[in-house]
Amino acid sequence: MNIIQNLWLALDGIKANKLRSALTMLGIIIGVGAVIVLMSIGTGTQATVTSRISSLGSNLVFVRPGATQQGGVRTAAGSAISLTLEDAEALEGADGVEAVAPETQSGGQIVAGNINVNNRVLGVTESYLDVRNYTMADGDFITQQNLDAKSLVAVLGANTANTLFPDRSPIGQSVRVTRTQFRVIGVLASKGGSGLGTEDDVVMVPITTAMARLSAQRNNSGGRSVGTVNVKAISDKDVPIVKESVAAILRERHRITVDDDFTITSQEDTLATLNQVTGVFTAFLGSIAGISLLVGGIGIMNIMLVSVTERTREIGIRKAVGAKRNDILLQFLVEATVLSLFGGLTGILLGVGISRLVSGMNLNGQPLNTVVSPEVVILAVSVSAAVGLFFGIYPASRAASLHPIQALRYE
Amino acid sequence: MMNNNLSPRPDEVIRIEDVTKVYTIGDMEVHALRGADLVIRKGEMVAIMGPSGSGKSTLMNIIGCLDTPTAGTYELDGIDVSGLSDDDLAGIRNKKIGFVFQSFNLLARTSALANVMLPLVYGRAEDRKGKAMRALERVGLGDRMDHRPNELSGGQQQRVAIARAIVNTPAIILADEPTGALDSRTSEEIMAIFQSLNQEDGITVIFVTHEREIAEHTRRILHIKDGVVQREEHWDDPLSAAMRLERLLRVEKEEEAVV
Repeated sequence: MNIIQNLWLALDGIKANKLRSALTMLGIIIGVGAVIVLMSIGTGTQATVTSRISSLGSNLVFVRPGATQQGGVRTAAGSAISLTLEDAEALEGADGVEAVAPETQSGGQIVAGNINVNNRVLGVTESYLDVRNYTMADGDFITQQNLDAKSLVAVLGANTANTLFPDRSPIGQSVRVTRTQFRVIGVLASKGGSGLGTEDDVVMVPITTAMARLSAQRNNSGGRSVGTVNVKAISDKDVPIVKESVAAILRERHRITVDDDFTITSQEDTLATLNQVTGVFTAFLGSIAGISLLVGGIGIMNIMLVSVTERTREIGIRKAVGAKRNDILLQFLVEATVLSLFGGLTGILLGVGISRLVSGMNLNGQPLNTVVSPEVVILAVSVSAAVGLFFGIYPASRAASLHPIQALRYE
Repeated sequence: MMNNNLSPRPDEVIRIEDVTKVYTIGDMEVHALRGADLVIRKGEMVAIMGPSGSGKSTLMNIIGCLDTPTAGTYELDGIDVSGLSDDDLAGIRNKKIGFVFQSFNLLARTSALANVMLPLVYGRAEDRKGKAMRALERVGLGDRMDHRPNELSGGQQQRVAIARAIVNTPAIILADEPTGALDSRTSEEIMAIFQSLNQEDGITVIFVTHEREIAEHTRRILHIKDGVVQREEHWDDPLSAAMRLERLLRVEKEEEAVV
């Protein structure tokens, strides 16, 4: 008895009891469908996160102050005021560096007329626009003259502009940040997206103005402290070189021998961390769905046991005319596997259909993104075949070890 | 008792020597066979009779390689089968034995042709369809090949079973109450097929029956009692099923003419 004959035999067995076979398959259909849908949501989320981070520019390197240690108390990384504007200037022209853009960050209430909004207020330099991949929607960005003169000018992010000036152009209008009036000289184009680090909810002012008016912090040696120094590498390939050359310069300037008082991360580091998180999330969703697949498998075992009992006489006849143990074993194994493979294939269709359906659905203002990866489909098919094989083994071996005389006498 | 040192002669198809079979049911030991001896030659047609509980079913199961003896030897067609594994016994059943049962034991939802092909499938034989078709034609069912068992009469179903039994050209046909579920006219038809297979094709036929009239279609009747072959009857002039069938048909026609 070869495998093709066994396949026909299995199809006959499945057709003989259509409703029962369909209900048995339902367990696998739901299991595989759930795996596909949940994994596609997980993968889709991962893709969204990745593309958003890549849109920031993959050749960025961030330099942040390190943690401070005072009297044995270690504070969080970034809380030190070790990084200064002068450090940022020193990084210009380092190996692999295209541009350097230091920033200060403070929160604040921004008021225009009777509308006010709480946004991040960034003190930036001229190069910030290019380094962070922003483009102007209207007006001009902060210039070197603004920086030198510590001008009271501001550039609004797209969202901020829309909120503060819903019905007129903000250019030339004035906004108040804490107690200082600024004149709006430009509006940034929207970078799109929301969620992780919204980049459209900002107000940018010259870094020199920010230091003088908003948040003045000086370190021990009198340097003007900055929050983050954004360093743009010439290309993606230069990112490691930049990390090294920046570290070398800062160590020399800070006279560091043991522990760095700054941290350098690249966009890729952030991406790797986030991918790890979303990967765990996807695996978590997948394993929940996997449980329903297991339950479906137990359903198959149940039905196969019933089927073996019902067909005891048939097994007896087959053994009497010369079927060997393995012939019977294979017959029932193939039947269980075909049953669960059919269920698996139907489940894939169902899962892909549902994930298409929910794709783009609004989830708290965030469009749901689903991606059905071929790996998941292959995984689902092989898992469902394996489930059939595994849960078919016990019923099949029961059938195979029936004694022919007892099987023939079975009523 | 036979001499254990005798080697089987080439015309012997079955040699059973001092075979015992003990079943253990709970704490009880049931001695189904207590030293049965039996020799059947090629081309013989033998009937086995005995009351229920005499051990005749056990003997048939052992002859049919569906069961193995507790002690003693059994040679089938020159092969000592008493110590074979389950899978080897399945192979022997497939190649050497054709079974015919009282309840036909055909696979439902399966055509006559597919039923007859079943032993060929497990024997991995060539030209399965051709062989199965010839076997069905041999029992007069050439025009019923695609019918399923539930579309056939009892006699036709038993003929499908006989076709399945002869399709692998076995050494013996083993029939367990082959006419037990059939009326007397159909029984004669089945016996006519057995006699024709025995006389024309030289196939050895062994069957169990408890009807004296059916047993008298053979030259040799074995009587089993208390787990041994107790008595044998021989005669040279068995009933001819073909002739009895002819007579039956004539009587029917005459009755019709009278009406």
